[in-house]
Order: sequence, then structure tokens, then C-alpha cells
Amino acid sequence: MVATPHIAVRDLRLAYGPKEVLRGVSFEVRRNEIFGIIGPAQSGKTSLLRCLNRTIEFSSAARVAGAILVDGQDVRKMADVHELRRRIGMVAPLPVGLPLSIYDNVAFAPRCAGLTRKAELDALVERCLRQAALWDEVKDHLDCLGTRLSGGQQQRLTIARALSPQPEILCLDEFSIAIDPVTTMRIEEALKELKRELTIILVTNLVQQARRLATRTMFLWNGEVVEINANEVFFSDHPASRKTYEYVNGRFG
Amino acid sequence: MKTPPITPAGAGMQPGATMFAETRLVRRKLFSEALAKWIFFGMAAAMVVPLLCLVAYLLARAMPSLSLNFLLDPPLHNMTQGGVWPALVGTVYLVVIGLSISVPVGVMAAVYLNEYARENWFHRAITMAVINLAGVPSIVHALFGLGAFVYAARFGYSVLSAALTLAIMTMPVVITSTREALASVPHGFREACWNVGATRWQTIKAVVLPNSISGMLTGVILEVSRTAGETAPIMFTGAVFFKAVERGDLFPYHLTDQCMALSMHLYVLATQVPGVKESLPFATAVVLLGVVLLVNAALIGLRVYLRSRKRW
Amino acid sequence: MDPQPSVSPAPPRRPARPAWATCGETALEWLIRLSGVSAILFVLAIFFFVFREAAPVLLSKNFRLAEFLFSPAWYPTSVSHVRYGILALVVGTACVSGLAVLLAVPFSLGAAIFVSEFCGRRLKEVLKAVIELLAAIPSVVWGFVGLTVTSKLVQQLTGAPVGVNILNGGVILALMVVPIITSISEDALKAVPDTYREAALALGATRWQIVHRVLLPAAKNGLLAAALLGVGRAVGETMAVLMTTGHAVQIPHSILDSVRTMTANIAAELGEAPEHSEHYRVLFLTGVLLFLITFVVNLTADLVVRGIRKK
Repeated sequence: MVATPHIAVRDLRLAYGPKEVLRGVSFEVRRNEIFGIIGPAQSGKTSLLRCLNRTIEFSSAARVAGAILVDGQDVRKMADVHELRRRIGMVAPLPVGLPLSIYDNVAFAPRCAGLTRKAELDALVERCLRQAALWDEVKDHLDCLGTRLSGGQQQRLTIARALSPQPEILCLDEFSIAIDPVTTMRIEEALKELKRELTIILVTNLVQQARRLATRTMFLWNGEVVEINANEVFFSDHPASRKTYEYVNGRFG
Repeated sequence: MKTPPITPAGAGMQPGATMFAETRLVRRKLFSEALAKWIFFGMAAAMVVPLLCLVAYLLARAMPSLSLNFLLDPPLHNMTQGGVWPALVGTVYLVVIGLSISVPVGVMAAVYLNEYARENWFHRAITMAVINLAGVPSIVHALFGLGAFVYAARFGYSVLSAALTLAIMTMPVVITSTREALASVPHGFREACWNVGATRWQTIKAVVLPNSISGMLTGVILEVSRTAGETAPIMFTGAVFFKAVERGDLFPYHLTDQCMALSMHLYVLATQVPGVKESLPFATAVVLLGVVLLVNAALIGLRVYLRSRKRW
Repeated sequence: MDPQPSVSPAPPRRPARPAWATCGETALEWLIRLSGVSAILFVLAIFFFVFREAAPVLLSKNFRLAEFLFSPAWYPTSVSHVRYGILALVVGTACVSGLAVLLAVPFSLGAAIFVSEFCGRRLKEVLKAVIELLAAIPSVVWGFVGLTVTSKLVQQLTGAPVGVNILNGGVILALMVVPIITSISEDALKAVPDTYREAALALGATRWQIVHRVLLPAAKNGLLAAALLGVGRAVGETMAVLMTTGHAVQIPHSILDSVRTMTANIAAELGEAPEHSEHYRVLFLTGVLLFLITFVVNLTADLVVRGIRKK
């Protein structure tokens, strides 16, 4: 029995004006796996994620072609783009604490979606903060301003916020570049737990991070897919492509 | 020479000179620096001094007439005596009604320009229109109010026509200050909100607007004094020479009535009423200045408080 | 490794936004779009309504456009020979505004340089507060001061027959435009990157040298724009000049002559001109001319400022 992939991207092309950024990218992500995407800077990784949750539409020069299917449905044809963004959570590289209280930071998305009952919101806020490994540190200071937290705490707050609309998919875009190693480790532990409930796409420039966390990894270079493979093959001495070996071992990048 | 000289070898300096000696060149530089500083200070002071003298002189000449009765009484005896109550109330009406039209519309226009509109020729055209609207002379606003509200819209000479004219006059500044305030909210906040499925308006309501209020207040502060002080736009659209109002009456005007206003009243007393008691126009000027400065001070205080609670 | 079987977790309870919230938001967004366009609508409306009242006079037999623009003979109420020539008014506007800007620019620039480069923090707050205060004084109060106070001073100091003249109006108008020119000049100076100052300091320049060799050339576009905006303000001022320059519609021969500006003329005569009469319409036409002049001045100032941003 072939399982329907959770996400299927078919021949995705993206151009900003005359400059092509993604040239025919295709891959599949299965349910409840951590799918890693690695590649040097400017290879189109962030743009790829922005196509997934359609925030690419905020760039007026961007032109997208190809199909992105979530559970068989093309996201570009979905009427309610806000519902899509609730189903696909996104964590940006730089930690952002909204200038609201911690509670309001996490309750923001559910409230926008229509959830208003305090008991449900309280439970949801606690659950998300626990999943993001932040609850113990802030549970007595929930009305403290989100912007006053440290960088590592703000990134975990961002993850809690991304989890608050109860998404099916979580995308993380180089989440660790602006935070300390200890917090990075705690978030990685949290991701391993989250894998049981969500499908996770992990874009990272830290090759070893993909090796630690992902089940399968994709190497994106210059807007093209070089290789997609299970980690055992991808990070071995004989991956499918020579370029993969060279990148993983630091010969270029 | 107080300290032993340290002469770098071959530096070509005078024997016995140090790097930090007060040579003639250095003394000349320091002198021109001090001179420049004092000249520029003098120029700045040239603005402060007239202001202080002005206020002091006005107060001195106004003293004989200033009293609580002056504020509460209507003008008496063909305006040669009495107080300024109807004009005071009229000015308050015009400021409140005028700002309650121009502030919401101006804020919404700024929200559109900064949050919704794309950067293209249309956006540029609107920005140009705002700049030009800001530069239109007040008398042309008066002509516009006359042609559009008094005649074309058939509102006639009324508080409504005058307030609408004032609203259009003050809108550009509200738009510009609000825009700057909105633009100062970091873009990262908006992206974080969009990423969790909030709509544009939900983002604006939750994050952008609450953090732009101090900038909006700046626009309001600038415009309160203009609304209270402008004469030409109301002279031909709804302000009137005299209107019978009772002492201390808080709601003497309907929207369709004509009204008195402090600015108009001052102009009339200064130029068109013969035999007026000397200190009366000075007292009117002091009341007008007082109203303007008081409201300014209150709003500035509010803005300082809001800025101290900066959230990022 | 075998591929994971597709185990979809139980779909979480998804709350929905009430329909009225979505509709309300759409309506609000349309209101916002409409407000955004309103600025253009208002500018067009101003031009339209003022021109509408003025237009019929263009076809009248008493009116000739060339005479309007270039003749100094302004006799709108004459019984025998009605003439509408605004040249004297235009010259009056030019003289008073010109004097005002000439007086204001050096002081404003000096004050802006002082506040931006030489000032301590405490004094800066005080000076900026004073400038804001100066800007807040209503024009009619300035006019009143000009009428009662400075006109007497002018009379005493220069022995002129009347105290209300170009000099008096120019001084008062200068005090009115100083805040605008100062604050925009200060913004222009602040916009010059600190790296320029630091580079000059590293070469041993004094602050004065930095100002006149580095900052003034670098900020000259912004300073020019500030001066232009001051000109626009001066040209457009009505009440203060009405009360301080006198009532003579004549081409002046000296700074101590009374004149009348275009703005003051409209304010003074509109109340007496019968509604929708020829005189009334010519006054509206003067308004159209004023609108066009300030439009051009503001457009130029904006292009000058945009010129800096492009660099």
C-alpha cells in the first residue's frame, strides 16, 4: 500500500522578475517525518517555504508555476489562504516576539481564527508553550512583554506561536542561526517530540543538524534538486550524487 | 612647555615642539570654532527672545481684562466690553468636530498608503496629492469651502461647513505623521503575524496601530493649534461677527447654526470694532494662545507617557 | 527502512470565524481604500470647486486674461471703468514673501545648525520645544501683534508715515516661517550620515569646518527644499499679512510702502463682493492662481527632496 504523501511538490518554478530562483523542484514529504532541506545560501530554500504557505504573494515581482499539493489539494487554488497558513506553521530565522504579553503572543492566532473561550485558550497556550519547551520558564510571567525575552526564549515563543493554530505541518527556516547552542539543543529535542503529531520540514544551513534530526534530506542547489534520500544513504560515503558528498563534507558551500 | 617634548624622529617639527602644542594654527581653529558656536547660538536665541517678549507683552497688556468673567461672559455693548464665551465655545466645537472628521479619515488613508497599497505610480500620485494638499493656502481652502459646502452641498453658512473645511485643511498633516508612525513599526512583526494566518487587518489592529499612537498624536498636536487659530477658512463658511449666546451655555450651537470663534473674534476686535476697550483684544489673544498651548501641552504630555512605555 | 504507514492524527477541532467578522473586515478594508484615495479626490475637488466659481468670468466682456495677469490697475468696484489687474497684488505678495524668506532663512539655518551640531542635549530639548511653540501660535495672533506692536516699532525706528508696510509684514511673516524652515533643515542635516562627520573629525576638522565644508554641501538639497516650503507657506499666508501690510493696492517703491497681497485681497474683498458677481468671480480666479503657484512650489520642493533620495 503506497501511502499518500502529506505534501507533494511537482515541478515548482519561481522567478522574481527575470531572475529564476527555483527551477523545477519536485519532492514529497511523508506524514510524521522530519524532512530536511540543506543547501548553500541563495539556493532558494526560503523562497521554497514561502511558496508553501503562499507568503510569496506579498512580493509583487514573484511569479510561481507548478503544483504544491497538501493532502492532494493544490494550495495555490485554495480559497482561504489564511486557513492554509494556519495549517502550515512557519518559523522564521530571526526570533520575533510580538509586542504583546506572552499569553497574547500564543493566543493571537487562535483568537484570529475565532477561538474566544478563555478556558480553551488557557489550555491551548499551556500546551503550545510546553511543546516549545518554554512553559517552565515563563509560566509565572505570562503577562510579561514578549519582546523582553532573550533571543533563545523568543525563538521558542515563535515556535509556540507557530503551533498555536494547531497546524498539521511545521516549517522551520534556519531556526538556530540567531540563538545559542543550548537553546538549539532544547528545540531539537522538542522537535523530536513534535514529530509524533506533525509533519516537519526543516530548512537548515547546518548540515549536521539535518543529519541529527531528519529522516530524509533534500539537497537544493541553485534552485534545483540535486538529491533526495534517506539519511543513511544521504550522509554516507556513497550518496546518489557526488555533489552531495562534496557539500556534506565541506568541499564547497 | 610643561611636559618634556616627544618629537617623532624626522617629523619635521620645530625643535622643542610637541604634537599637542598650542600652535598658532590650533589657536585660530579653536577661536573660529567658539565664534561659530556663539554666532549660531545667537541665531537660535533670536527666535526664543521674540517669543518670550511677545508672550510677556501680550500678558501685560491683557491683564486689565483677564478674569473668570471674561471667559464666561458673552460680548456686551456692541462688543466693546464683556467676554469671549461664545467664541470660546465655538472654537472648541470647531476643533472637536473638525478633528473628529480629519483624524479617522487621515489615519485610514495613512493605513492604506503604508499597509495595503503597492509601491507604484498610484501610490506616488496619492503621496503627491497629500503634499500638495498640505501646501494649499488657507484662503483657497476658504474658497473651496464656500464653493463646495456652502453652495454646492447646500449646507449654507454653518458650523458643519466650517468644520468640514477645517477637516480637509488639517488632514494632510495627520496622514503624514500617522504614516511615519506606521512605518516605524518593524516589518518583522507583520510577517510573524501573517505566518500564523492573521489577515492584514487583524495584524494592523493587534500590532501596528497600537504601537503607532504616539506618532498619530504628533499629527493631532500640530493640527489642534491650526484648527483653533485659522481665521480665513471659517470666515467665509460659518463663523460670524456676533451671535447671541447666554453666559456659560455649553451647547449653544447646532450643526446648522453659524458660530463665533476666538480667531475670528480677535480679528474683528482688532480691526472692525470702534471704541473697544484697549485690553480686550489682548485678552482675547491671550485666551486663544492659552487654549492652543494648553491643549498642546496636554497632548505632548500624553505622547511622552506613551513613548516611555515603548514596547520593543 | 520501510516507509512509515500514513497515520493521520485525529483532526483537531478547528474554530471558525463568525461570518459577521469576515464581512465587517471586508467592509472596513474598502473604507480604508476609499480613504486612501480621498487625498487625490480632495485636491481635485479643491481645484474643481474654486475654478467652477471662477470660470464664468473668463467669458465676460469686462475681463481680459492678459490684463488680469499683467496690469496693476485693480478697480473692481469702479462705476465707469471696471478693471481687474492683479499685478500690484502679485508684486506685493512677492515683496512681502521675499523679504520674509530672506530674513528667515539665515536665522533658521543658523538655528538648525546650532541644534544639530553644537548643542547639548538639554538645550536641544528646550530649543525644539520653543520651535514647536513658535509654530503653534495662530496666524491671527501674529497679525494682531504685527498690527499693534511691531507697526509702532517700525514707525518709531524708521520714521515711516504708517507702520503697516512691507517691512512690518515681512518681519512678522519671517517669524511665522522660521519654525518650518528650521525643523526641515534640521531633518536634512540629521540625514547626513554620521560617517561623514566622523571622517572629517578624524582629519582634524573643527565643527565649523565640518559644517561648512561637509554638511552644508551634503544637505543642500534638503535645505533648498526647506527654503522652498517656507516660501510656499509665506506666499499662502492670509490673516497675518492682511493685518500687517496695509491696504494699498499699489506697486511699492520702497520697503516702507503699504501693499496688499493676493491672499489678503481675497480675504478683504470677498465679504463685500456681491455673491456670484463678476468681482466675486475674479477673486475666485485669484484663488485659482494662488493654488497653481503653491502647487508648483510644492512640486518643485518634492522633486528636489526626491533628488536626494535617488542619490
